[in-house]
Amino acid sequence: MTSTLIWILVALVAFGLYLSWTAGRLDRLHTRIDAARAALDAQLLRRASVAQELATAGVLDPAASIVLYEAAHAARQAEEEQREVAESELSQALRAVFAEPQQMEVVHEAPGGEAATHELTEAVRRVPMARRFHNDAVGAARRLREHRKVRWFRLAGHAPFPMAFEMDDEPPVALADRVA
Amino acid sequence: MRIGIVCPYSWDVPGGVQFHIRDLAAYFIRLGHEVSVLAPADDDTPLPPYVVSAGRAVPVPYNGSVARLNFGFLSAARVRRWLHDGRFDVIHIHEPTSPSLGLLACWAAQGPIVATFHTSNPRSRAMIAAYSILQAALEKISARIAVSEYARRTLVEHLGGDAVVIPNGVDVDFFADAEPRPEWQGDTIGFIGRIDEPRKGLPVLMRALPKILAARPQTRLLIAGRGDEEAAVESLPEEMRSRVEFLGMVSDEDKARFLRSLDLYIAPNTGGESFGIILVEAMSAGAPVLASDLDAFAQVLDRGEAGELFANEDADALAEAAVRLLADPARRAELRERGSAHVRRFDWSTVGADILSVYETVTAGAAAVAATDERGPGLRARLGLARD
Repeated sequence: MTSTLIWILVALVAFGLYLSWTAGRLDRLHTRIDAARAALDAQLLRRASVAQELATAGVLDPAASIVLYEAAHAARQAEEEQREVAESELSQALRAVFAEPQQMEVVHEAPGGEAATHELTEAVRRVPMARRFHNDAVGAARRLREHRKVRWFRLAGHAPFPMAFEMDDEPPVALADRVA
Repeated sequence: MRIGIVCPYSWDVPGGVQFHIRDLAAYFIRLGHEVSVLAPADDDTPLPPYVVSAGRAVPVPYNGSVARLNFGFLSAARVRRWLHDGRFDVIHIHEPTSPSLGLLACWAAQGPIVATFHTSNPRSRAMIAAYSILQAALEKISARIAVSEYARRTLVEHLGGDAVVIPNGVDVDFFADAEPRPEWQGDTIGFIGRIDEPRKGLPVLMRALPKILAARPQTRLLIAGRGDEEAAVESLPEEMRSRVEFLGMVSDEDKARFLRSLDLYIAPNTGGESFGIILVEAMSAGAPVLASDLDAFAQVLDRGEAGELFANEDADALAEAAVRLLADPARRAELRERGSAHVRRFDWSTVGADILSVYETVTAGAAAVAATDERGPGLRARLGLARD
């Protein structure tokens, strides 16, 4: 009788430890998502800032300047719900403005243009990177959270269900001399 | 930035991953970063100052061949110690799914972890069995890098999640500036790789050789690489064997000069390649490339724009393409030119900067790397047992 009780107790403790370990895993994933989201925000903001600087620098023609300024401004000011759309539109604007390599050369030759080109190239390269890392973390957390043990024992606590950040982040052809 | 790199394979055995890590470390050190590489090595092997030995790797049968792996209590302790002493801003683990140092480091570390997946092995049975254990360790990786679009696809299929593609790097100028050697020039075709490893494809080339020699008898085949030379030429008719020259293992300098001297470099690999660094090296040296149409090769050669492709394992197609190219100097000059322009994206200056971008993306706003027991709520804390 007592030995049965002891075994039940051992099993319960073991299961408790397992749940605690899983909760730790989940906690770590949520931390990772937060860090990845902060990094993504930083990269998006950086891209919008460089685009806005270029738009106001007077090196582009007036029409291109307005298109770019408008998109960059909208991306920076967007509410959380409109963010993905606004950032995608900035990607489209960048692609439209820098469709030709000549446009890039014009910017490059302007005073301080070299630094600006470099910053823009870095920014359009890092946004997709940061987004992929963010969505990878979100995917891992979602897979774990959909598991029975996590749902039944509410291991996720009050943390909101993680959402992927979906946007068009295709860089302009003239700036993407890279593999994939 | 303080960067810790984990190499899963023995430092004393030459291999693609080891060379990649060596060049990557050299690139970061040149830029003024602090780099420490943790790698398995025999205690008496001379190591460069930035390499820390994780002890000797033990040969064990794994995944169909004998692999030299590090595991067990002692290795785990060394990994922990390295993490603790290094106080890294970021650690970069190579091949995290191999049951060796990579996986151990994944277990023991906390903080920004970047991982590069080099191989695109089909999922092994062991990996399926250990899936949940593996998943818990891999979840800690903040950023995954795949060396090719092909490697990324396999990664996504087998493990879920996503990765950015950053190719392996090559020191393009080292190959471009090498001096050709006259005795390797003049109607030469070349092959580099293990002679007795069938996946490197030498048997396919040997089957194609009689046809090539029939059309162009002055052609010589130069082979650089280890293996049984007698067995390699066994399938050839006696009178043709003199057209094949074995150079044995060549040094890095000789490899560059070898590739500079060739009229055509042939990569008849039949599988198991996730990148194809040798093609990039050949193009850097300005050698026209003819390669089998493996996914990874097709991508490196820009879908056949920067080098020619033939149907995998088809010796007739290989012979036909080789004869056509050897007879057409204009086409070869065109390939040389396209190849040289195409490889710039594989130069360390580009690849290294991309990897550094990844580091900067994951370290932005994150704490430094620590061994798991040093930080964060441990088991005791979570159970409410920890005393503050």
